[in-house]
Amino acid sequence: MSTPSTADIFRDGLLRRNAGLVQLLGLCPLLAVSNSVVNGLGLGLATLFVLVCTNLIVSLLRGLLVTPLRIPVFVLIIAALVTVVELVLQAWFPALDRRLGIFVPLIVTNCTILARAEAFASRQPPLAAGLDGLATGAGFAAVLIALGALRELVGRGSLFAGMDLLFGEAAAGITLSLPVDGLLLAILPPGAFIGLGLMIAVFRWQQQRRDTSADTATTATPSRPTA
Amino acid sequence: MSTQAPLLRGLVALVIVAAVAALIVALTWRAAAPRIAENQRLLEQQQLAEVLPDVDFDNRLTEARLSLEGAAARTAGVDTAWIARRGIEPLGVILRAVAPDGYSGRIVLLLGVTQGGEVLGVRALEHRETPGLGDAIDIERSDWIRQFTGRSLDEPARADWTIRRDGGAFDGITGATITSRAVIRAVERALLYFEREGAALMHTPIPTDVDAPSDTSQSVEFSEPRP
Ligand SMILES: Cc1cc2nc3c(=O)[nH]c(=O)nc-3n(C[C@H](O)[C@H](O)[C@H](O)COP(=O)(O)O)c2cc1C
Repeated sequence: MSTPSTADIFRDGLLRRNAGLVQLLGLCPLLAVSNSVVNGLGLGLATLFVLVCTNLIVSLLRGLLVTPLRIPVFVLIIAALVTVVELVLQAWFPALDRRLGIFVPLIVTNCTILARAEAFASRQPPLAAGLDGLATGAGFAAVLIALGALRELVGRGSLFAGMDLLFGEAAAGITLSLPVDGLLLAILPPGAFIGLGLMIAVFRWQQQRRDTSADTATTATPSRPTA
Repeated sequence: MSTQAPLLRGLVALVIVAAVAALIVALTWRAAAPRIAENQRLLEQQQLAEVLPDVDFDNRLTEARLSLEGAAARTAGVDTAWIARRGIEPLGVILRAVAPDGYSGRIVLLLGVTQGGEVLGVRALEHRETPGLGDAIDIERSDWIRQFTGRSLDEPARADWTIRRDGGAFDGITGATITSRAVIRAVERALLYFEREGAALMHTPIPTDVDAPSDTSQSVEFSEPRP
């Protein structure tokens, strides 16, 4: 497998096989945590960190990996990294940790991370693997943040509430509040499905428009199975 | 057997990864553990101080904890008390009360009470009420919970300890009648408990030994006279 160019890695991670919008991986944390921007950003950054580190480590170890034993190695790496992230959050960002609650440990179960380790990092040099982790994580975080913004805006009539949990007191002032009550549905679980559904629809529609205007049907990406 | 060598290589990788992962988690734990314990203590302290506004106590509340056992405490739904003192004189008590009948399960409350049984403050500590409806009991969402301040079993009269819609003296939360009723009942039950057991509670000796580990809590049993 040849190493793809940096531009291709980023186009893939952010758009063509975006974890949230195209592959629909990691939906559990995505749907559960995305009811505000700060929650989306917090979980997005934590996932991004775990993705980059896992990809780097897996790539460095790829000469030692053998087929029957690779999955336990991946799981061990991911579990250790997530534990470290959780401890760091508990120790240095306790307020954010209480908000994200159970979803930080659940990063372990985010299939995106295992999928990138298996499909990419175990066959590519460290630099490409690290960039792939960065691109995939950024793509996932972007969806989390966008969905968080949508749900917070519609559901609570505010934006960026609670950013001080992540960035300290200085960020407390950037909250925007509309003088309206939110539409409750948006912050309840069904709102997550509806919001993500709308985002996927808009994304697909945009892609289709671009594909047809480019008039080359050769780049159509087949949809991959979800896990 | 050509498969043996790679398998051995894979096993070596697995063992190395396991050892390094354990080491990194252990080192992170060592750095984080004191801060995590300190965060928990600070959080408890802050939550406790919030329900005793303007009380001039001078003891460390986190070390003045009593576990409440016995039938009276169980029926009242209170499980822990903290005694605020100035010198040896008790100034007030904080009770942790559980409303078992919230819309989505248990609602854990902290309430601060003066020696005379007047409520100084109530806060919802843990709950899973619906965002946008029942979560109005949360001080971060609304001021609803402040209406208990200054109340006691005589003010309003016992018959009025319910929401206005049921003929009582308290505001209900629109769309969260079940939550409102549960919280009001839990506060009332805790005050009834305090009326009966408060005096004994406040004069229970608490180890004031500074060297005592902070998590030693004493168990006391206040039981109703048996019929
Ligand atoms: C999605 C959903 C969430 C709800 N969440 C709460 C809640 O958190 N607290 C509550 O008391 N009632 C909740 N309810 C119940 C209704 O608001 C219920 O009608 C009301 O509490 C009962 O009071 P009523 O006698 O005014 O109808 C919820 C209902 C639905 C459909």
